[in-house]
Amino acid sequence: MSFDVLFNQFLSGIARGALLFLVASGLSLTFGVLRVLNFAHGSLYMLGAFLSYSIWKWLLIPVYGFYVATLLSALVIAGIGLLIEYTILRRLYARGWPEQLLATYALILIITDIVKWFWGGEFLSIPRPEPFTKAVFLFGFPFPSYNFFIIILGLVLVFFLWWLVYKTRLGDIIRAAAHDRDMVSALGIPIPWLFTSIFVLGAFIAGLSGAVTAPYGAIALGMDIEIIVECFAVVVIGGMGSLPGTLLGSFIVGQVYSFGIMYKPELALAFIFMVMAIVLVIRPWGIFGRPER
Amino acid sequence: MILELKDIHTYYGTSHILFGVSMHVEEGESVCLLGRNGAGKTTTLKSIIGLTPPKKGNIRFQGKEIAGRPPYRIARMGVGFVPDDRRIFPDLTVRQNILLAKRELEGSIWNLDRIYSLFPKLKDLDSNMGGHLSGGEQQMLTIARTLMTNPSLLLLDEPGEGLAPLVVKAMGEQLMEIKKLGVTMLICEHNVGLAMSLSDRAYVMDKGAIRFQGTISDLKANEEVRKKYLMV
Repeated sequence: MSFDVLFNQFLSGIARGALLFLVASGLSLTFGVLRVLNFAHGSLYMLGAFLSYSIWKWLLIPVYGFYVATLLSALVIAGIGLLIEYTILRRLYARGWPEQLLATYALILIITDIVKWFWGGEFLSIPRPEPFTKAVFLFGFPFPSYNFFIIILGLVLVFFLWWLVYKTRLGDIIRAAAHDRDMVSALGIPIPWLFTSIFVLGAFIAGLSGAVTAPYGAIALGMDIEIIVECFAVVVIGGMGSLPGTLLGSFIVGQVYSFGIMYKPELALAFIFMVMAIVLVIRPWGIFGRPER
Repeated sequence: MILELKDIHTYYGTSHILFGVSMHVEEGESVCLLGRNGAGKTTTLKSIIGLTPPKKGNIRFQGKEIAGRPPYRIARMGVGFVPDDRRIFPDLTVRQNILLAKRELEGSIWNLDRIYSLFPKLKDLDSNMGGHLSGGEQQMLTIARTLMTNPSLLLLDEPGEGLAPLVVKAMGEQLMEIKKLGVTMLICEHNVGLAMSLSDRAYVMDKGAIRFQGTISDLKANEEVRKKYLMV
């Protein structure tokens, strides 16, 4: 196997990892603070993709309509997140895992049906936006330049989340609440407000990720489950609620998938879960995670 | 009267912990709540701050009913809670721990400079991670952090627990300074010496109920109560 083939595969893995990071970071952030595993995170991502398609069509802005549609659909998904947190999630914080799982699973079903009802079952797609329409040639292999857009967006999000969590007062509150929310509340910080903001931010990131996937692959039913399953692998490997963990987990899953596909396409997903199983055996709380107290 | 508890009953899950506790604290006063481990002192404080809200009974703070309100609302009204297990945030620096609770309030007496002049040790540790402090330093940080909320009533749960006698003495002096600034205090302790040196009045608890109340000199004179409930 020559170096250029491996390099190409590595780069595809990075792009896939970047996309996974976009989705998994929102999932992990929400879990880290709220301690609710939002199964419907992937559904918000799917809804973001479908919405961006409709907004893009409706806008009819030829060259840069995609970017406007992406931003608008992320904002709409953030609004839907607000509605979900306010009406459903906040009733679940004091409940156990089974109820949280059931409720967020119910959301998956509801959102799937809404998508079916609104957009039907067909595959939709958005053409790649300028200036990422063409392929670039690396060592003679064509590589979609849109992948670089995803990678850059992933890096921007890494930087933004790092800044938010480690450099702002809200970040201090986030880290404190992830450790001991009762004490944070006893210091006069309104926990409901904190939880709502974090959930809305997570939903915004999910909507954004869905919208930028639209030109990446096809927009279709089932993309929610597909992504959430891989995101679980990411956060289990990296450590739930840890930003560096999500980054490393995304990188690992992206690479395993990319090289797995080259080696044996039908087993690409299985390889991911083998890695996850190994991490679970050696370090059940993930590479950068912390054992539950 | 800044605080009044009327016949409160508090449960942990299904186990009944407080059996009709009634007590009151006057503005500017220091009151201690004494008793053995497991007597219900911590639960009483947690009932006031709202971490374990009572199922029955009333808690009034500055004349307003606070039982059943979430902790952050009670804290914002002016109740500061210093837990016995410290609960500092290990991934935050000393400064971040202190400033976490900061709120701009009219007439607030506490700011970072004042905190650092009261606890010079914390100033030296400014950028250290909370998780890397010693027990005594963590205890100071817990008190400092709560003071930043500018409480008019400070609930202190075992401030001297697990600390070396010299550290306890220093802490006693710092608490005395806080008291002189007009902060009302309710102190739980089984270190009777520290608590009595800081307080004007005492309540003695046993098995989830108040068994004695009176001034510190009443308590000093009452050998029966001290023998029965305090083992001193």
